[in-house]
Amino acid sequence: MLMPAPDPNTLAQKARLAAALAELLPPESVIADPVALKAYESDGLTAYRQAPLLVTLPRTTAEVSAVLKFCAANQLKVVPRGAGTSLSGGALPLADGVVLGLGKLNRILEIDLENRCAVVQPGVQNLAISNAVLASGFYYAPDPSSQIACTIGGNVAENSGGVHCLKYGLTTNNLLGLEVVLISGEVVRFGGKHLDAGGYDLMGIMTGSEGLLGVVTEVTVRLLKRPETARALVAGFPSNEQAGAAVAAVIGAGIIPAGMEMMDRPAIHAAEDFVHADYPLDAEALLIVELDGPGVECNHLLNQVTEIVKANGATSLRVSESEAERLKIWAGRKAAFPAVGRISPDYFCMDGTIPRRRLPEVLTRMAELSKKYGLRVANVFHAGDGNLHPLILFDANKGELESAERFGADILKLCVEVGGVLTGEHGVGVEKRDLMPEMFSEVDLDQQQRLKCAFDPDGLLNPGKVFPTLHRCAELGRMHVRGGALPHPELPRF
Amino acid sequence: MELLSPASLEEAADCVRSAIADKAPLEILGASSKRGFGRPVEAAKQLTTAAMSGIVSYHPEELVLVARAGTHMDEIAAALQEKNQHLAFEPPDFGKLYPGDDAGRNRTGTLGGILATNLSGPRRFKAGAARDHFLGFTAVNGRGEVFKGGGPVVKNVTGYDLPKLLAGSFGTLAVMDEVTIKVLPRPEKTRTVLLYGLDATAANAAMTKALTGPYDISAAAFLPEIQAQASDCDYVGAQGSVTALRVEGSGPVVEHHCAALRRDFANDLGGATEELHSTNSMTLWREIGDLSIFFDIDTILWRISVPPAHGAGVAASCAIDIPGSSFLLDWGGGLIWLSIPSDGGAHADKVRRAFQRCGGHATLVRAPEVERRKVQVFEAEGAKALTEQVKLSFDPERVLNPGRMFEGV
Repeated sequence: MLMPAPDPNTLAQKARLAAALAELLPPESVIADPVALKAYESDGLTAYRQAPLLVTLPRTTAEVSAVLKFCAANQLKVVPRGAGTSLSGGALPLADGVVLGLGKLNRILEIDLENRCAVVQPGVQNLAISNAVLASGFYYAPDPSSQIACTIGGNVAENSGGVHCLKYGLTTNNLLGLEVVLISGEVVRFGGKHLDAGGYDLMGIMTGSEGLLGVVTEVTVRLLKRPETARALVAGFPSNEQAGAAVAAVIGAGIIPAGMEMMDRPAIHAAEDFVHADYPLDAEALLIVELDGPGVECNHLLNQVTEIVKANGATSLRVSESEAERLKIWAGRKAAFPAVGRISPDYFCMDGTIPRRRLPEVLTRMAELSKKYGLRVANVFHAGDGNLHPLILFDANKGELESAERFGADILKLCVEVGGVLTGEHGVGVEKRDLMPEMFSEVDLDQQQRLKCAFDPDGLLNPGKVFPTLHRCAELGRMHVRGGALPHPELPRF
Repeated sequence: MELLSPASLEEAADCVRSAIADKAPLEILGASSKRGFGRPVEAAKQLTTAAMSGIVSYHPEELVLVARAGTHMDEIAAALQEKNQHLAFEPPDFGKLYPGDDAGRNRTGTLGGILATNLSGPRRFKAGAARDHFLGFTAVNGRGEVFKGGGPVVKNVTGYDLPKLLAGSFGTLAVMDEVTIKVLPRPEKTRTVLLYGLDATAANAAMTKALTGPYDISAAAFLPEIQAQASDCDYVGAQGSVTALRVEGSGPVVEHHCAALRRDFANDLGGATEELHSTNSMTLWREIGDLSIFFDIDTILWRISVPPAHGAGVAASCAIDIPGSSFLLDWGGGLIWLSIPSDGGAHADKVRRAFQRCGGHATLVRAPEVERRKVQVFEAEGAKALTEQVKLSFDPERVLNPGRMFEGV
């Protein structure tokens, strides 16, 4: 993975920069020791590693502001980092950059049940918010699969989803307010405990901006009343087409389930071998549907879904009659990634979204690609919203990394080709950066980069992520620069 | 004034490039149904999306509809109704709010207009605003370039979430053509429980209790007696003020929640309760969302968004400070519609002082032009400089709706 070339001058000044930062922060909040820096060399996308120049671990908004102001003054690149669980390399460090870890801003500042919100610092873990309000019957809805580890600051940066987001929305639909520190060190607030502040929706644009626009130092999240009950149904189908038709029929009947997940045959087998969830091994496709709400609602909808599933050719069907049974149904799905990890030395988890009606075609073509590259693939699928997670199995020690990368890129190109997108919930990061032109024209990308310039005119925040070509803001601001095929041959392209 | 009506993005791009070359800024229009919302625009010509109209594709089972920005809202609503779906954010029809001079305009407005103003109705706190259902677009920016943002599917995090930024940008960043929106199934049943005779404080407390309880409320509003009397619904105007709590969903669950509400709230408050079934219920929430029971023809209107438990307090403070004002509460107290006589000015300072302690945001939704020129219609979020930079990043020559949101932006 090609990253912006490190600035030799910055590398040479490491000791001076570390000393200067140690004036702004407590000494233990600045890490310069090469051994200690190794802990930060990658995130959840472990295929790529790079130790940073320095790590800073501020404890307050004021300290974050001081660090950013210092970095701006010294033209130092900054890579913000939460828990480091990004699956797209969003927190991959730069050799000449400072990692800004938000882990020490880890307090829940306020729980305001009357206004159904919580004010938390960015380093608070996703699940910790729900746990803090469990006794009062509330929760925070977005539940990415890494929720025991990932932090809310990272969720904002990536606009994280989860299995329940069809019904309850992504992070962006569950935020009320943000405090953000700009690269200049200026602290700004967007929103609050109220909805829809007028003016440009800067909170909306910060969310999912992958650390390229500012550093989030406080988050006000919406809390929802926890559903009284939840019940799940698991059904096996003889074909992906039939399972897909069942999903369309459920939505066509006006039902938006709390969760609706599909797995293909290889994923079913890997999960069943690992956790013994009693999945039907003769099925080509497995569908899990979860309904939540008061008991009367669950029962009513479950009956409807049962009929729909049968009418669409399910060959096996099981409905949870207890919480233990519901959890068992989910156990296989939730263990799908580690289950695949068990049968393969390495795997990539891809993350495209497609229009659901194209699923059979996409799976067929994926099987052809699997043959072409000689690599196995297993699919888990957030079926309700069309978010596909192909897991590509490979062995880096056998030199399969590059084919796995190419296979992954082909899958994402396929998603775009059938009218979908490169990433549904994991973010672009470095992983899909070079595929951005598959989905966006140069004009589209220039407009996005011009927006970045409004926040970060020197391009210091997380450079080398999301955009395949680094432009200088002055170049982007100029009107009608195009004409030749490659207007700026001197610019770094990755 | 010259009215440009491009039929394609390329034609719209030509219009914008001419505007740049001639230094002749454009006022961007849809159906002109909400032209009085925002500051007066200083423009040399008008550009309407009227010729960029029609539903492009609609896949109910994918929950996605693509239409051109100039498509009228009643056309969208009819297409969705046919498939038993709707826009969950309940876009209001403000046609009567802004009586226009141009005869024949469509008062329900356009899809582009609803997105550009980021409006939403009573279901906002549960289902989100227009912004939350806006997935992707094609558009022309203020440089005269055709570009796109967002994506064609309901779940997408590829690149910046530009639809969020265009939602509520009042045509100051780009002229939209095709927009992709998320659509959802209509609830099978709707019922509304009415609590009679509460004062605003007690009503706010009751709404908070309902919204923090196990009732899955989809709308909660308080109508003082005078507003309640203006309703066309049976049972609403009969017994003083009305606090209305809506539940939606399948038949059994709606009955379950209504029964629980009437049981829990009658005991608590000692007052009478009543229950509206589907037709009456839908009429009442239309009246609240569209404000048809609320405003007089020439009053000044503020839309004040506050933490929901503070709604009654903020409204009371406005009522004391501003003679002749009246209000209603929506969003469980989180939204105050404040109406004040137009002869005494907009009282922006008093309105904005009222929520200084609890936090919030006030938008001047309707006022005579002279007031909209004088008063901050919106408050710039965060750094004002950032708002200016964002504007310039899309529209460096300020040819798109200059001044509609902020002076000089």
